[in-house]
Amino acid sequence: MKTLYKIPEAFTDRPTTYCPGCPHGIAHRLVSELLDEMDLTKKTVIVWPVGCSVFGYYFIGTDAVEAAHGRACAMATGIKRSHPESFVMTYQGDGDLASIGIAETVHAAARGERISVIYVNNGNYGMTGGQMAPTTLLGQVTTTSPYGREALANGFPLKVPEMLAAIDGPAYIARAALDSPKHIIQAKKFIKRAFTAQRKELGFSLVELISSCPTNWKMTPEEALKRIKNQVLPVFPIGELKVDEEVE
Amino acid sequence: METKVIINEERCKSCSLCVSVCPKNVLRISNRLNPKGYHPAELFNNDECISCGFCYLICPDAAIVEVRRPIKVKS
Amino acid sequence: MSEKILMKGAEALAESAIRAGCMAFFGYPITPQNETPEYFSRRMPQVGRVFLQAESEVAAINMVYGAACTGTRVITTSSSPGISLMQEGFSYIANSNVPCVVVNVMRGGPGLGDIAPAQGDYNQATKGGGNGDYHSIVIAPHTVQEAVDLMFDAFELADKYRIMVVMLVDGLMGQMMEPVEFREWVDVKKEAPDWATVGQGNRDHRNIITSLEILAEGLEKMNIALQKKYSEINQNEKRYEEYKMDDAEYGLTAFGTVARISKTVVDMARNKGIKLGLIRPVTVWPFPNEIYEKRREQVKSFFDVEMNEGQMLIDVRLAVEGKRPVFYYGRLGGVVPTAEEILGEIEKKIGGAK
Repeated sequence: MKTLYKIPEAFTDRPTTYCPGCPHGIAHRLVSELLDEMDLTKKTVIVWPVGCSVFGYYFIGTDAVEAAHGRACAMATGIKRSHPESFVMTYQGDGDLASIGIAETVHAAARGERISVIYVNNGNYGMTGGQMAPTTLLGQVTTTSPYGREALANGFPLKVPEMLAAIDGPAYIARAALDSPKHIIQAKKFIKRAFTAQRKELGFSLVELISSCPTNWKMTPEEALKRIKNQVLPVFPIGELKVDEEVE
Repeated sequence: METKVIINEERCKSCSLCVSVCPKNVLRISNRLNPKGYHPAELFNNDECISCGFCYLICPDAAIVEVRRPIKVKS
Repeated sequence: MSEKILMKGAEALAESAIRAGCMAFFGYPITPQNETPEYFSRRMPQVGRVFLQAESEVAAINMVYGAACTGTRVITTSSSPGISLMQEGFSYIANSNVPCVVVNVMRGGPGLGDIAPAQGDYNQATKGGGNGDYHSIVIAPHTVQEAVDLMFDAFELADKYRIMVVMLVDGLMGQMMEPVEFREWVDVKKEAPDWATVGQGNRDHRNIITSLEILAEGLEKMNIALQKKYSEINQNEKRYEEYKMDDAEYGLTAFGTVARISKTVVDMARNKGIKLGLIRPVTVWPFPNEIYEKRREQVKSFFDVEMNEGQMLIDVRLAVEGKRPVFYYGRLGGVVPTAEEILGEIEKKIGGAK
């Protein structure tokens, strides 16, 4: 038998703390595969966020630090600047990165910090029970937008890659989705380019991964992935938004 | 024939995503219970499996540990 | 020791940090301490080290936190409102057991307050400030030379205990020109310490630095370990200076800039025949309570003078345990008391006691 796919060594044996069908595990696996394939696992420091993936260091087997809510890009900056030989990435959710941590993210991007950001967007605050996030769709019901998000009261969904692509510091900015095998293969390609951007010291890199939250969306895992395709991707279209030609 | 999809039943959370993306419908949720109380997914038709790896790609829990293809032996 | 150089306090602080092996500075502009980061921004590139102006104090302290996790000697400097913004980071740093040095050039508060010298952040620095049960070592120099010397010690203490060391000064110290003598340059270790998060490399285990432990029993263990460290620091690291206390009948006590003025007060009082001495805590956490316990047997009363509403006063009174009166005099909002003013207050109290 020829092995086509195999769980990477960097993905630890410890069962994840995520709900059944939560795509965080898919994102973890993609990151783990690339760290192993690119021979980065032993030189990597991952800065973990506050949110559902707060225990991420149990699941991806690298050196790790746990940041305060939203501060991952600042902490990653401190690590990378004082130890440039390390491969430094953050793994953050949409509440962490796009709300409380937006300043740290934008300025790390503007400085062109040689760090890679994996930004998982599931449109709500999962861990705290499904509150409205900056990325929540208009009309979407959450525990703090019980009548649906309304633009006049709560503003519009925040598109982070589009924002960051407009500034000069980033070398690679993309959005992928975790809703289908095809999109997952594409997501891996994008993350590989983000990692390459750091390895070649080209600048800041970020990949947004559109994810689901079956528990708080009150859907089966399968229904939640269908919702990504039908409702989320029209608002958050996938693709590469900024590509330094050297990331290939 | 050896199995084409190796499943770690203890890690499975019965989310059914593998079942939903399988183009050949050769996976299903079993009646067994794993130590966490979930019914793990199982490959019930190894012959029809085309080793496409969709189940591996969509599995959020590393429960689909490995996907393999038989090596064609020249006769 | 090298020769004496005439330097402004704010710049001497930065130069001493660099000579003490500080490899990285992260900070955000705020008056009255901008000359320190400005000096770092000139000097750090010259010696191949990191200077980064962050987007906020919140970001700056989290950059410090990240750098500290790599075992790099790292510093930030700020002033009261900026230090308030950093409190979250201080608390995380405490429960992560990583070393760093923070300089707080205190100004008048609360709120935006003013930019004049003050000591209103004593409680914030010595009693916590961020969430949870934690301490930082807090040192309070009273001259530029002492600040320069203590900067070397600050990095040593930070590394020794893997703790944050806060240096409390004020704008007066920053603006003062004084001849200073620096200690020898500290050789900086190239290799990261074994606990640092720089990538696993050849280590047989991963390093994970976190202040999180979801199980209460586990978090209690982390807290107990912290408290054990704090009691060790309490045992070993208290520092104070006494000035003319041997035959003193009255004990003046103050820290930082006020302590410097208080030395003049002691001399003026003695010229008038009043046997006054000074107890000056150098570490305000851990607080050197034993010296008050000793001198309370000898003096008739204590006079605590501060540029705040009597924040150290509480620690002094706890140490004196009601055995002697502890009088307080202070100025608020950035007003610096004069020596004459302090002596006048002491004479009033002594006169009243007669």
